[in-house]
Amino acid sequence: MKKLVYMDHAATTPVKSEVLDAMLPYFSEQFGNPSSLYALARVSKEAVENARAQVASAIGASPDEIFFTAGGSESDNWAIKGTAFANRKKGDHIITSAIEHHAVLHTCAYLETQGFSVTYLPVDRYGLVSPKDVEEAITDRTILVTVMAANNEIGTVQPIREIGRITRERGVPFHTDAVQAIGAVQIDVTEDAIDMLSLSGHKFYGPKGIGALYVRKGIRLGNLVHGGGQERRRRAGTENIPGIVGLGKAIEMATADIPGHTAKIAAMRDRLCAGILDAVPDTLLNGHPTLRLPNNINVSFRYIEGESILLMLDAHGICASTGSACSSASLEPSHVLLAVGLPHETAHGSLRLTLGDLNADGDVDYVLDVLPKVVERLRSMSPLYAARKGGV
Amino acid sequence: MYNETVMDHFMNPRNVGEMTDPDGVGEVGNPVCGDIMKIFLRIRDGRVEDATFMTFGCGAAIASSSMATELIRGKTLEEAWEITNTAVAGALQGLPPQKLHCSVLAEEGIHAAINDYRKKQRLEPWAETARAAHEEEAGGDAE
Repeated sequence: MKKLVYMDHAATTPVKSEVLDAMLPYFSEQFGNPSSLYALARVSKEAVENARAQVASAIGASPDEIFFTAGGSESDNWAIKGTAFANRKKGDHIITSAIEHHAVLHTCAYLETQGFSVTYLPVDRYGLVSPKDVEEAITDRTILVTVMAANNEIGTVQPIREIGRITRERGVPFHTDAVQAIGAVQIDVTEDAIDMLSLSGHKFYGPKGIGALYVRKGIRLGNLVHGGGQERRRRAGTENIPGIVGLGKAIEMATADIPGHTAKIAAMRDRLCAGILDAVPDTLLNGHPTLRLPNNINVSFRYIEGESILLMLDAHGICASTGSACSSASLEPSHVLLAVGLPHETAHGSLRLTLGDLNADGDVDYVLDVLPKVVERLRSMSPLYAARKGGV
Repeated sequence: MYNETVMDHFMNPRNVGEMTDPDGVGEVGNPVCGDIMKIFLRIRDGRVEDATFMTFGCGAAIASSSMATELIRGKTLEEAWEITNTAVAGALQGLPPQKLHCSVLAEEGIHAAINDYRKKQRLEPWAETARAAHEEEAGGDAE
């Protein structure tokens, strides 16, 4: 069989066998609709409520503050649009950062077409949002601050507790997209003063198409999906029972021992990162040196382009990702890499490797063997590299 | 996302490398856009005796450079000038729509290299005039 080294855990993760086992009975045997009255339906209802408690406990919330959704994008859309439309009389100003996921940025851009105004806070060269900037951006028209807990591309972990304290003090609701942070960073919605939090199952070994939004009691939030009375009349639609059960099991496992689990991944990540920077000259680390997700490496190899790197790595069975324009349908380079100040040509040469449970020490050795050769080969074809060598 | 021919020309590119004392060099593209293509020509008796390239760019850009240099080798300068982006994309058995600009870059690279040669020979550079007619013709061929 062809060798496969999966280093794209920030894109998605495989469903853990324990999670799958927990889900399986809810497809064909315990298939009842929780809204029905008979005993069969009660089994489904109990499964949903059990999962709700698992999600709540993972982030320090109470179960009635957890609402299941179809994933991170729906949760972000709901939190932002639901807050905006419910608070229209109060204000029209939203604060976010320049490096949010598109589920947040494009939702904010949509709200701008509906008469809201949005402040996109800049980040420093490591991708950090400054809490002071948040504080200074708040006006008496501000109805929401939304800043991600950790960035999906460069892995920078944001000071959400400081931001939460500021927004709580100023009485402005604070939403955080924690899709990448769950299982990697300890989050406690009470300690961190978070009012709304988005999460997504498939980023921590749960199924795709299921997520949740935490909404603190007392937060004004309009509905996004209208219809039946599910989720205590907040989110219509018959519950995705197997998905919800899988999400509950997955988040319970992912948050059971965050320091122990992340230490193992971070050790592999640190060896791989140091090895790459050591073996390949003209390479820059993107993101923060220490305040970053334990599994994330994002580097730019100067003088070459990211899609070619991915294709050559794929030929060697290595799965990774890039912020190069050439790999995106829009032909725009990553907005995150541009926001941290990279010139376009350096953004084009970026490579993201995100480690996880599928990786072992041998994978680190394998990538350290293959990657420098791939970079060298592409540089040998690059007129920019030739000009740099000849031009010194 | 790429077909076998494109992948073959990407993984095993033909005619890569800088040429020493080329008779014509064309550099097109822009690092901001993520593609730079440099085409080197050796000309003997009005024919492309040798063509090589150096490219910074995606898989399609490298494959287009490789195919373009293959297509113009041995051709007269007039014939080489007629190689269009559609001919390059066609010889590669097609490129994804968002990657067609890579084949355009190849055509522009060839033209830049030929005109560099003509300038060095103190000849009038050829103009990009009959471009539309070429595309029509080559488009028909590619189908």
